[in-house]
Amino acid sequence: MATKSQRQAYGEALVELGRENKNIVVLEADLGKSTMSILFQQQFPDRYFEMGIAEANMASTAAGLALTGKTPFINSFAVFATGRCFDQLRQTISIAGLNVNICGSSAGLSDFGDGSTHQSVEDMATMRSIPGMTVLVPVDAIETRKMVRAMASHPGPCYIRINRNDLPFFTAEEGEFTIGKLYPVREGSDVLVFANGVMVSKAVEAAEALAGEGVSVKVVNVSTVKPLDKQAVIDMAKGFKAIVTAEEHSVIGGLGGAIAEALSEVKNIPLAILGIDDRFGTSATNYDELLVHYGLTADAVKAKIKKIIGKE
Amino acid sequence: MAPQTTIDLLEAKALRLREHIVNDLTGVGKVGHLGGSCSSAEIVATLYFHKMKHDPKNPALPDRDRFLLSKGHAALVQYAALAEAGYFPKEEMKKVKTLGAMLQGHPDMTKTPGVEANTGSLGQGLSIACGMALGLRLDGLASKVYVLIGDGELAEGQIWEAAMAAAYYKIDNLVAIVDRNRLQATGPICERFDTNPVTPKWAAFGWETIEIDGHDIPAILGALDKADQVKGKPTVIIAETVKGKCISFAENNPAFHNGAMTPEQWETAKSDLNKLRR
Repeated sequence: MATKSQRQAYGEALVELGRENKNIVVLEADLGKSTMSILFQQQFPDRYFEMGIAEANMASTAAGLALTGKTPFINSFAVFATGRCFDQLRQTISIAGLNVNICGSSAGLSDFGDGSTHQSVEDMATMRSIPGMTVLVPVDAIETRKMVRAMASHPGPCYIRINRNDLPFFTAEEGEFTIGKLYPVREGSDVLVFANGVMVSKAVEAAEALAGEGVSVKVVNVSTVKPLDKQAVIDMAKGFKAIVTAEEHSVIGGLGGAIAEALSEVKNIPLAILGIDDRFGTSATNYDELLVHYGLTADAVKAKIKKIIGKE
Repeated sequence: MAPQTTIDLLEAKALRLREHIVNDLTGVGKVGHLGGSCSSAEIVATLYFHKMKHDPKNPALPDRDRFLLSKGHAALVQYAALAEAGYFPKEEMKKVKTLGAMLQGHPDMTKTPGVEANTGSLGQGLSIACGMALGLRLDGLASKVYVLIGDGELAEGQIWEAAMAAAYYKIDNLVAIVDRNRLQATGPICERFDTNPVTPKWAAFGWETIEIDGHDIPAILGALDKADQVKGKPTVIIAETVKGKCISFAENNPAFHNGAMTPEQWETAKSDLNKLRR
């Protein structure tokens, strides 16, 4: 299966957007070679601001730029882009509803070598808790590109969480992306899996394995974690025996939390949340090794599905 | 030197702002940031009623100058200035901080005409001002951005991140004003957490520095004009002020960082201000 890194797609998308829209500005905190925002700098040096290793100032400076009609994208590793400037993102940008776009690169465990300090298992939870913040998790490079475009024209702050590694293509170039829409990637009738990011391909793999065992699994890519179309989640859940969520994030406050919130008052249906079990990340020699260590595999999704429908 | 008529007008405006603060925005038993609002009355009056290009009938005028209150807790003085300038009816002042009010506890651009950004989480205003100044420069506008910072607020590290960035990007359409009233919420800054020496810090970060008496209108006018001449670097005006200025019992009194007046104090405050009328 063809693959591409989301961060390369992200940098390319910024350039594409910058060419069409003179108001696009990009701010970076010395990680431009990792986030790939450097591609924008090469094309549009006047609209690129290296803010030094000072994320809080970068976020508030972006607010000022937005207040003069610019559309800023700010970049850092996900853990810093959300954690080091939570207050700035909340106070000035989100309360005022400014169109500041935040890119959390190397999200989840994808910066496998650098360990817990550089990995983000809680960024979806923190960003999701800010009123009015949009939270996006692309499944592949193609969706990343479309998301960047959608973010620029979407009023209010948006957070995009992208993976450092090459991931398989799941979406088609010609397809559309709309913020807030749920995208089924595999049909099925017994169990419904809501997944995003790297876990979509694992869920599809699990579904294929389970098909051979007589269990029909539908997989939906929830690349917009917020705003979540709660009614669509409820409607989609009708008729399924159980629901499983799968994400490369803490089980607290991420996709699983969002789905549980959507179903909390209206649906009496078993729900299992698969993710990182309230633990920090750790270093490893490669990404796959970490995904196995934290139980973020097709086998883990399969086991979770079988357990919740009592077929262990 | 500015004409005496200008100085007289601005002194009268500063008094007017304090009267709004005492009569309309606080009053008996109503908690409000009296101290830090009164310390900056002359600075705010000079900016809104003389220095800045702005239009209360068109708050979104593209080439307006911008004012940011980084020390957002001093919102009362900004509300007084905006009401006095005609951004909204003066009756709004009586409703400050009540449910559904246009005037929130701290500046909120989504609710109050003339407020340029949401401030009050201290240390962020200078960064926002830098972003605005860069945005205006990208658009080729001659507008200036003024940001008022408290001296207690200088303890926030983000101030110095922004100070470095402003010098690095040679943001000379930016003027920071430090309202140096030497008191923070819990007491004198020098006893609680000393941010001194102030001026050499800014100078070391690459800024043009100007020291003035922040209650002296001609000095404020002179400093703002001097800042216009500075090219290739940002300017900071260190304004020595008195917290609670002109209200006898509140001057240099930490209790009036965010205090409520008794009926007697309210009468005293009104009488103090009446004596300044000419």
